[in-house]
Parts: sequence; structure tokens; C-alpha cells
Amino acid sequence: MAMAINSSAHRLVSPTNEPTWVRWTLILVGVLFMALFLVLPLVAVFSEAFRQGIGAYFDALRQPDALSAIRLTLLVAAIAVPLNVVFGIAASWAIAKYEFKGKAFLTTLIDLPFSVSPVISGLVYVLLFGSGSLLGPWLKSYGIEILFAVPGIVLATIFVTFPFVARELIPLMQDQGTGDEEAALSLGASGWQTFWRVTLPNIKWGLLYGVLLCNARAMGEFGAVAVVSGKIRGQTTTMPLQVEMFYNEYQGTAAFALASLLALLALVTLVLKTVLEWRFSDELAATGRGH
Amino acid sequence: MSRFGRFRQPSVIPGFGLTFGFTIAYFSLIILIPLIALVFRSAGLGWGGFWAAALDPRVLASLRTSFVTALIAAGINVVFGTLIAWVLVRYRFPGRRIFDAMVDLPFALPTAVAGIALTAIYAPNGVIGQLVAPLGWRIAYTPVGITIAMIFIGLPFVVRTIQPILEEVSKEVEEASATLGANRFQTISRVILPSLTPAILTGFALAFARAVGEYGSVIFIAGNIPFVSEIAPLLIVIRLEEYNYTGAAVIAMVMLAISFVMLFIINLIQAWSRKRYGYGN
Amino acid sequence: MEVRVENVRKEFDRFPALHDVSLDIRSGELIALLGPSGSGKTTLLRLIAGLERPTAGRIFFGDTDASEKSVQERNIGFVFQHYALFRHMTILENVSFGLKVRPRSTRPPAGEIRRRAMELLDLVQLSGLEKRYPNQLSGGQRQRVALARALAIEPGVLLLDEPFGALDAQVRRELRKWLREIHDRTGHTTVFVTHDQEEALELADRLCVMSQGKIEQVGSPDSVYDKPTSPFVFGFIGESSELPVSVDKGDIWLGDRPIGIAGAQAQGQQRLFFRPHDIELVEGGAALAGVVASSRRVGGTRRVELDIGGAAHRVEIDLPFDHPAAERSQIAFRPKRWALFPAT
Repeated sequence: MAMAINSSAHRLVSPTNEPTWVRWTLILVGVLFMALFLVLPLVAVFSEAFRQGIGAYFDALRQPDALSAIRLTLLVAAIAVPLNVVFGIAASWAIAKYEFKGKAFLTTLIDLPFSVSPVISGLVYVLLFGSGSLLGPWLKSYGIEILFAVPGIVLATIFVTFPFVARELIPLMQDQGTGDEEAALSLGASGWQTFWRVTLPNIKWGLLYGVLLCNARAMGEFGAVAVVSGKIRGQTTTMPLQVEMFYNEYQGTAAFALASLLALLALVTLVLKTVLEWRFSDELAATGRGH
Repeated sequence: MSRFGRFRQPSVIPGFGLTFGFTIAYFSLIILIPLIALVFRSAGLGWGGFWAAALDPRVLASLRTSFVTALIAAGINVVFGTLIAWVLVRYRFPGRRIFDAMVDLPFALPTAVAGIALTAIYAPNGVIGQLVAPLGWRIAYTPVGITIAMIFIGLPFVVRTIQPILEEVSKEVEEASATLGANRFQTISRVILPSLTPAILTGFALAFARAVGEYGSVIFIAGNIPFVSEIAPLLIVIRLEEYNYTGAAVIAMVMLAISFVMLFIINLIQAWSRKRYGYGN
Repeated sequence: MEVRVENVRKEFDRFPALHDVSLDIRSGELIALLGPSGSGKTTLLRLIAGLERPTAGRIFFGDTDASEKSVQERNIGFVFQHYALFRHMTILENVSFGLKVRPRSTRPPAGEIRRRAMELLDLVQLSGLEKRYPNQLSGGQRQRVALARALAIEPGVLLLDEPFGALDAQVRRELRKWLREIHDRTGHTTVFVTHDQEEALELADRLCVMSQGKIEQVGSPDSVYDKPTSPFVFGFIGESSELPVSVDKGDIWLGDRPIGIAGAQAQGQQRLFFRPHDIELVEGGAALAGVVASSRRVGGTRRVELDIGGAAHRVEIDLPFDHPAAERSQIAFRPKRWALFPAT
């Protein structure tokens, strides 16, 4: 029996694969690029933050300015994220469950804030409520401050995080169709009952995914908030703005300590996002990853 | 709900009036009206005034800086982003899933944090700045630094646009190419890469659009020298600090117009690839 | 070109997919690899193509040892179940691809490539569609493009992997007839994989029936159908019934009764196989007698299920649909053609 060993096997690689040395070269280049551009900055944040020891790190975080920045950031996210969740659910319900004219256009419009520079997102509110506008002075006469105050920061944050929840839910709800809702209605459920008991459980992981990304951006937004905040110490500085202030005042440790909290938030977001993608990939929208 | 009967198809599911109405109202309040305020403010200048402000040498220089650095960064991202997408989809190696998750870091990391971290690395006394300083190279506080920040924030757009399309390329197609006599290089360059072209173009456009408008991660590393390393979004902020609202609005209008053109081009690419090849994203 | 597969074994991660398979494929014939899924038929086809490497054994194309050659060097035409057309290329570009990727020394001039591609599109009856993209064609048209593309490189062997598997029944039948015509016209040695016995019987010059990584039987459709050499082939090709019998001095017995068939070569416990239509009804004498369990008309015949003997073995026989025997509750018959295999 001629059970010949194929001596040429090493020469003939699988037709849909590259030679081993090509494969490992490509992997090496890709990994090095990611290490240089993604991992190194992350490492730099923490190493700079702890450069002067753990004591200095926690002292920096205990400063009143740092604490008030953390409080403001949490407050802004606590207002902006729920509002965008309500909007995201309403918009995806209207777009995914019905057929109407201009639907594709509306879907494109919702993504609009992604293609606008964050600085412009802040600028539009300055123009709307600033001293040269009609609205600003009128509101001011009633004692309502929008610009260089918390409402302006919240508005700018809502603007830049506007699409996150909606763009996750729309494709998800479109994939799921209207069958479940029609079944619930035919069984006698009311509209609200259908939403709470049928639709919401179907989209909960997708919703969480959208909230996660929305929150990360809301807490980390810099450009838009910088323009509307006025940067009043202890009053209108969010965490990213306070990072900039410390940095410009040559308080490196303080800047990086505060930055490390934001980096930690980013890491937690990434981990949760990855877990959601692994565990519930079929309950998330197939499209619309990222941003 | 009969009011909407003319433009929407009937459905038994309740809530169209409520959700559609809320969507339009919220969108108008948050996005539309503020954007209209911008258009009005810059229109107030009149045609001649607008162009005079837009063609101001410092404005032009900042737009040029933004565009050139964003183009270079998007170009570099296309090359390495395609390579990274390929490596992540095709090869199995230790740590692959971690690197795959890390690709999204620029989406999650606040831009100001990225900005100071990159500056710390590339400043003359930083880890990499130190390495290149003896060669007489400076990265931070030059347009090179701006490009580096833009590569950072643009990378995930390219990788995440190409990845799903690459996963879709079937093994059968590559085998078909091999049976027809194509070597591996020909299969990759003539069969796989061309089928990724729409995704690569889309990724390029997305990374470019994001880089042009980027502010937080760039300003720390840029040095912000007028006519050299001053980006357009920063000039908007400077105009605002000078209380020159109209000047700021004009630069913003120019940038908005450009991002809308980019958006239009992206949609065009995707419509074209869907129509011709039957896929897109 | 003739193809010789010699003692080929293939394992995937230690899991054996083919055990020591040998097969001679004659020049110019159309041979079908037929078997259920998991029988190794697609693995054998991919080994011939060079898309997989054998764990052991050799494959010869003519007198040359193709085991030493990569898939690119083997000059085979391969047609995939899901067409595997290049979506970003027009039909013409798809068909010309194999010629365009040749090294400059053997590549025909551009005009010649185009002429040959157009000729092939004419052969597969797709003239006028050369500027379309695969996305704009129907499934049947796409498979014809895939065939034209495979033929363009003038392959020594044409290999087709379930070529009609993804198409609906109507298109399948048309393409089957048309593939036979193309084969008769071009004379390529052709190997195709299918799990559809009707397709194999209708199309192929010879069948190679496979099961569990082994070749069960090779032969013309008639010989495989009429003289199956194993219980598996009898059961897999066409319809059949099986009865446990015993043989004594040439007479076949079911339980304690002879069934009226003599001349068996075997001895002892055996498995009797016969086809539903290869029977004759008998009145009196030794026979298989059964109680009608169900009877239904299928087109021009009546399919009767019978319970035979005390153990009530269920068998099927076919009668003309208007045969008077169909009204009875008991039927006696003898198989006209049958086969015995030792009981295991």
C-alpha cells in the first residue's frame, strides 16, 4: 500500500491562507500599530497619574475643584442620558414600526450630530442664547441663564449624544419587525402594556448598549461643552474641562488623576460593551457598531 | 391619527402620533433650531461679508491645516485599519479578542484625556518624543502631532467599517479564484480588496470627517501656532473668545458645508455599492 | 484527461473523512459522486481539485502525480454550490478572470481573452448579459456564468460541487439537461458531487456511491440500480424493502415458509432486498403473503404497504393504480428481482 508521505506539503500551503511568515508579519504590524496608538496612550494616563505616588493621586482627586467637576459631570449625564433614551425609544418606535414617507431621510437626520464638529455643536447654542441673540437677553430678563451655566452644558451634551440610543434601537427594532406587537394587541393588550411587556424586554440589551455608549460620550464630551461652559471654576467645569484647566496650570498629576477616572470609565464601558456583544450578539443590532 | 393617514401606511400598532410627534419636536428643539440660528447668523453678513470672513488668510490657513492633516491621517488609517481588520478577522493569535475590543477605545476615551496622553507621549520629554528628539524631529506642537491625534480618533471608523464586510467574503470565492489559477497575491489584490473598496472608501470618509471636526484630542498636542498648527475648530473657539460670534459662525458654516458634502458622498458610495454588488452597510 | 485516485486518506483534526479511497476516472466521462451528507464525496472532490491536501495517498492526472501540484497548477475547473462569483466584476470580467491572471508568458492577448470569454457566454446562452453584475442575474444564470468561468481556463478536469443544490426544482431539471449537452459538446472529463440520486442517475455515465468515507460501488447507472453490491446501495439508490430470511439449499425461507424463490447462492441467515415495482402477484403456491396496511395512489401507480408473516414485516409494493388486487385485504407476491446480503 502506497501511503506516501507528501514531501511537498510544506511548499503547498492551503489555497485560502498565507504563508506562516506573512501571517505573523501582518499580525505583528497590526498589533504594534494598535499598541502604539491605542494601548500606549492608555498606559500614559495611568503612569502620569501615579508618577508622584498614590498619596499625591488621591490628594489631587480630593481637591474641591476636582470634586465639583465630578459632581457636575454626573449631574449632566443624569439629565442628558435619560432624555436621549426617551427620544431614542420614541424615534425607533416611530421609524421601525411604521411605513411613512421621508423615513429614510429622518433616519439620516438623526445621525446628523455625528457629522458636526463638537465645537460647532457648542457654537450653535452660543449663537442661539448668546448676548447678540434674541432669546438670550429675553430669558435673562426672567433670570434664566442658559449660557455659561448648567443648562447650556446639558443642552450641548444632549446635542452630541443625540443619536446614540436611537441608532442602536432603530436597526434592532426593524429586524424584530412588528409581529410580536401585533400578537400582543390581538390578545387584548393595550398599547402601553404591549410596549412594557413585549417590546421593552425584546430590546433591553440593545437599549443598555446604547445607554452605555451614550453615557460614555456624555461624561467625556469636551469640545461642545468647552464652548458653552464659560469655564467658571467650581461651577461650570465638567471633568474633561477640569482636566484641561489643571493641565494648562501645569498641575500634571491632578490633570492625569482626573483623566484616569475618565479612562477608567472608558475601560469599564469597553468591557461591558464587549460582554454585551459576546453574550447577546443576537439581541443587538447587527449594524451601527461604534461611535 | 387619521391626520397622518395620507403619508403613512395604516398599521394596527398604536402610538405613531405620540412617538413621531415627540421625535420631530425633540429633533427640532435640540438640533434643527440651533443649526438654523447658525445659518441666520452667518447669513446676516451678506454674500460679500461672508466671503470676506471665510477667505481671511488665517481662516484659510486653519482650514488648510485641518484638511491636510485629516487627509493624511485618514490615508494612514485606511492602510493600517484595513490591515488590522484583516488580522482580526482572518488570524487567530493570543490576545486577539482583547485587541479587537481595544479598537473601540477612541470611541470611549474622552477626547481631552486622549489629547493630554498623546501629548505626554510625543512631547520632547515623552516616551516617544525622547526617542526622536536626537534625530532633530519634533512631533508634538507641530502638524505631525495633529496628524497623530487624528489617526488615534479615526482608526476605529476604518476598522469597524471593513470588518463586517471582510467577514462576509466567502471562502468559496477565494477558492474559486485559486482554482482559476490566481496566486494568493492576485486573489487578495484582485478579488478580496476590490470587494472591500466601498467599505474602505466609506471608512476613509468617516475617519476624515471625524478628524476635520476633531477638537479635544488635537488642541493639546497641536501647539496652536497661527498659520502653522492652528486647526479650524480651534479658530472658532478663538473667535468666540474674541466675542466675534459672526466670524465663528462663518468658519462653522464652511466646515458644516464640507461635512454635509462628506455625508452625501458616503451615502452615495453605499447606495452605489448596494445597487451594484448587492451589499453595503 | 483521466484521473486516478490511489489509496487516498484524509483526516480533519484526527477525524477521518476518507478511508483509503481509490477511484479511476476515465477520460471524457461524466461521473457522479453520490452519497448522503458526511459520506466524504465533497472531500474527495476537493482533494482532486487540490483545495485540500490528502493525509496519505496520491492523485494522478494522466501520468503526472498531481499530489505535488498546488490548486493553481492543476488546471482544473471548479464550480461551487453557491456559485462563488466575484461580485465586483461584470459577467465578462468573471469569465475572463482565469485568463487574465496567467503569467505574461502564457497569457493570451486582451482581444483573444475577450473573444474566448464571449464565445463561452454564447455556449452557456448568456450572450448580451456580459456587462451585468452577478447581483443582477437569477440563480440559474449565475450557475451558468460559474460554469463558463471554469471552462475558460480550458481545464483538464471539470469538478462540480452540488452544482444545482441551491436552485429550485424547475431550474434544476433544465440545467441538468443543459449540462449534459455541454458535456457532450466539449468532452471534458467531469466529476460532479450530488446527494440527489435522480440527478445522478439521469446525468452521469458512471456513479460512484459513497458512504461514511468509503466508496460502496462504482458503475453505470443501470448496473448500480439493478445490481447493487451492498445493502447500503440498495437502500440509498431507488426504493427498496428488506426482509430477514434464511437460505437452505438454494431455497429462501421467511420464518417457517418458503417464499417461492429458488437458486440463491448463499446459505444461512440473510437479508433479502427487492424494489417495490420488481414483483409479480401470484395466486397459490409459495409466495410472500401479506395483509394490506395502507394503499394510496401515487400518480400512475398504487403504492401498497403490506405486513408480511407473523412478525408483520412492513414492505412496499407497486401495482397499476387500477389493478383489481388493490381492493383485496390480502396480497401474495414474489419478487422478480432481488438480492441477498449476509445478516450482520
